[in-house]
Amino acid sequence: MSETLKRPGARQTLNVVGTRPIRPDGADKVTGRAAFGADLSMSGQLVGRILRSPHPHARILSIDTSKAAALPGVKAVITGADFPDLGAEVLAGGEAVTNLADMAANVMARDKVLYDGHAVAAVAAISAEIAEEALRRIEVAYETLPHVIEVLEAMRPDAPVLHATLFTQGLEARPEQPSNISNRTRFMRGDFEAAYAAADVRMEGRYTTRAVHQGYIEPHACVAAWGSDGQCEVWGSSQGQFMVRTYCARVLGVPISNVHVTPAEIGGGFGGKTTVYLEPVALALSRASGHPVKMVMSRDEVFRATGPTSGGVIDVKLGASNDGKIVAARVEMMFQAGAFPGSPVAAAAMTCLACYEVDNFEIVGWDVVTNTPKVAAYRAPGAPLGAFGVESAVDELALTLGLDPLTLREINAVKDGSKAPYGPTYQNIAYVDTLAAIRDSEHYKAPLGPNQGRGVAAGFWFNHGGESSGAVHVADDGGIVVVSSNPDIGGSRAAMAMMAAETLGVPLERVRPVVGDTDSIGFAMVTGGSRTTFATGLAVVRAAEQVIEQLRQRAAMLWEVDADKVAWRAGEAVCTDPEKADLKPLSLATLAERASRTGGPISAQVSLNAQGASPGFGVHLCDLEVDPETGVARVIRYTAAQDVGRAIHPSYVEGQLQGGAVQGIGWALNEEYIFDAGGRMENAGFLDYRMPVASDLPMIDTILVETTPNPLHPFGVKGVGEVPIVPPLAAVANALRRAIGVRVPDLPLSPPRILAALEAKQA
Amino acid sequence: MSKHHISATVNGDPVEFLTSSGATLLDVLRDQLNLTGTKEGCGSGDCGACSVILDGRLVCSCLVLAPEAEGRRIETVEGLSDGVRLHPLQEQFLKHAALQCGFCTPGFLVAAKALLDANPDPSETEVRYWLAGNLCRCTGYDKIVRAVMDTAAELRQARIPA
Amino acid sequence: MARVVACSDCWPLTGGASEFNVEAATVRDLIRGLDARFPGLGDFVDRRMAMAIDGEIHQDAWFSPIEPDSEVFLFPKIGGG
Ligand code: FES
Ligand code: FES
Repeated sequence: MSETLKRPGARQTLNVVGTRPIRPDGADKVTGRAAFGADLSMSGQLVGRILRSPHPHARILSIDTSKAAALPGVKAVITGADFPDLGAEVLAGGEAVTNLADMAANVMARDKVLYDGHAVAAVAAISAEIAEEALRRIEVAYETLPHVIEVLEAMRPDAPVLHATLFTQGLEARPEQPSNISNRTRFMRGDFEAAYAAADVRMEGRYTTRAVHQGYIEPHACVAAWGSDGQCEVWGSSQGQFMVRTYCARVLGVPISNVHVTPAEIGGGFGGKTTVYLEPVALALSRASGHPVKMVMSRDEVFRATGPTSGGVIDVKLGASNDGKIVAARVEMMFQAGAFPGSPVAAAAMTCLACYEVDNFEIVGWDVVTNTPKVAAYRAPGAPLGAFGVESAVDELALTLGLDPLTLREINAVKDGSKAPYGPTYQNIAYVDTLAAIRDSEHYKAPLGPNQGRGVAAGFWFNHGGESSGAVHVADDGGIVVVSSNPDIGGSRAAMAMMAAETLGVPLERVRPVVGDTDSIGFAMVTGGSRTTFATGLAVVRAAEQVIEQLRQRAAMLWEVDADKVAWRAGEAVCTDPEKADLKPLSLATLAERASRTGGPISAQVSLNAQGASPGFGVHLCDLEVDPETGVARVIRYTAAQDVGRAIHPSYVEGQLQGGAVQGIGWALNEEYIFDAGGRMENAGFLDYRMPVASDLPMIDTILVETTPNPLHPFGVKGVGEVPIVPPLAAVANALRRAIGVRVPDLPLSPPRILAALEAKQA
Repeated sequence: MSKHHISATVNGDPVEFLTSSGATLLDVLRDQLNLTGTKEGCGSGDCGACSVILDGRLVCSCLVLAPEAEGRRIETVEGLSDGVRLHPLQEQFLKHAALQCGFCTPGFLVAAKALLDANPDPSETEVRYWLAGNLCRCTGYDKIVRAVMDTAAELRQARIPA
Repeated sequence: MARVVACSDCWPLTGGASEFNVEAATVRDLIRGLDARFPGLGDFVDRRMAMAIDGEIHQDAWFSPIEPDSEVFLFPKIGGG
């Protein structure tokens, strides 16, 4: 079931935005014609393969590649020595701030391997069989070192240290010794200690989560060619062709303009494809071999060597008055960053209390390196962990106070004018409406059966603007081509075409949206952070407006009137000069046909740095049924409500809510990285890393809250893709708490854990 | 390494190819026959992205050795539409927005076709269990299940003689 | 003078100070002003911090205006998935 909640009477008249047309790239995607990362071949291409470390932590003493290189059919063997040495330069070209040297060392290890699966060498050969045989012939001498996987263990003073150069930042004084703690972030307001001590009710808890993978079904893949003239071609799937271009150029030490990246269709990313793993290696192999090189990861490699998100420990203290006002909150979070610094703990710190008006709080986040793959962004990075802790604790508070969990959230809800814990003052938010949408839903009122429980949780994400480009070209028959700067992961071509059609006043069928390569459209940051429909959409709308300006001028020339006497209405130029009332409107097709005589082709490109993305709030409602014999918990009903500003294509917005909710359900119930005592991942495949399948789930109902469009976007867009993964962890855990009467604070809520909790309760 | 010479039928057309004993049907479809609509998500039978219909049975082509294709009939996503009109499943997937990234879509379409060939009137539960071998990370399955149910209804309607 | 509130990531460079006043008409002015007051802070803020100027988030926007009575929060840049 899907509903949309609008503010009565606040509807702007729109013809295309808000409808549900067939997506423009749809036919390609249902017929198998769409070309994803592994679907392109270049003539003469070789197969590239990577040798990966079997140790979670070891020094590389030597690598002997001679036997591999001597194998007939092997055209290149490379190691870390084939990449330039990079200083600790900070790059802002991708999703977040990136340390270039760390990224390069993650792509190919230098002196040390830092996790099971870390790349140590690569080969290119004429067939996969030969490439794999060559890998077996590479001899690496390792000095194994003690390793550390768990975040709390990594923080201990006696823990094995991953980086001798890592000194904790964000402390009052620089520590004397290196450690695994890379950073401490704090946010504070008021006086937590005093308010907590004075509160009527106090509660505290520790909540833990495990590392989980984004789980996109398409493994990383690319094909790359290094020309004899130094010009590089990369074709592959990622969340940003410009990100791939920048990172490849910097890792390989070549000018950015020498790298041309064509984005393939992308088979899911969720943040995990906002960095590079294969592309620089494929280019280096191509340079060494003189052939194009194609590389495709196996699923095992995807799990072992690409970004999961952090596992974390979240300590929460809440103090409240008897009537349910939260007066004090303290949240301390410790996150696994993986092999290099950069967990999303700062985002978790900024988001974890973002739904609550609290006068006294302290939030502390610790970023900790561990011998696990370097974490990558995963949908609202960090926020689900913080929300899991806080929303679980709020649920406990509701139980303690005997309050309905929605009521408790309503009492403390942020609204316009409330100050977010990370600083800004909220404007145009609809959190209260989103809570009300859940309260008014049929689901909330439906009765529950035995062994069933109902959980509520809320979630927040900033959403993001940033740099984007869009172009609009008019073909000579009046058809429109829209060029987007961002890969289309979940239907953004449709959104771009719809916004252009709406702006220009033309039927959607006349608009063909495409994704540009790095040489055919201006720069953009990655598709991620829920920014594409907002920021790239803004660029497309501005470009369409410039095209309208040009069309008005052309019409004015043809009519021999001033341009200000020409209006653009419903896809036609209309003369507004009362003295020329007999002039018939000029259609887009007519103006396009005469373009060569009035000054040449009509087109516009806009590049901008969009500010003013509006945050989004979600409230999820989950019914869970527990089998007391087996401990299996099953989601039997689920509703996700979200403040979306305005949905351009409601079906795809619903799809974001549904997909994010189900990823969160998997995170809550099943998914986790499991390491053996030797620090090796034990479940690096879909059989043992169990993601939700169709038979695990009910329909996912959605409520799109459109009461408060974003005034800084022409159609009111707020980002929608991140928020839906924030509430589910706690929504599921809270439902379990209410189903079985005890709290299981550690994810995943697997049958053995639930059984143990049931037994402990009996005893 | 000696190669096998294999003759089979793919989407109604006769094909011949040479293959080593260890190659999978998925490798041959993608790398030799240029039918890249069939996807590889895991190579171990756990994701269903490589689903094809082999002599009327739904299989993971990553688990079928290429030499086993000798004399068999293979249907892939490329054969669903007649090239002019989309198959009703393809149309319903588009209408319902049952795909986001679209990477899992060929596998789901082929699996759903095998279901509807065998069971024209599946319940929601039957659809969900039949499709449990296909992973989708984007959609949460809601719209996929609806698209399959609606296609089944549409096809049943079409079968009723006027 | 704009009122600047810096999150804890900045404190090592400010000697622990979290709130101060800076004369600035634009973000770029502000960055210069911060650097003059706490050497190294300007560059750090430029590379790593986002700003909320009177409630609205700005990232990498040197020429966003700052009013004399503006309140500017500095917090880590936001990415996303
Ligand atoms: S590729 Fe065959 S089941 Fe995943
Ligand atoms: S649509 Fe992306 S995996 Fe299904």
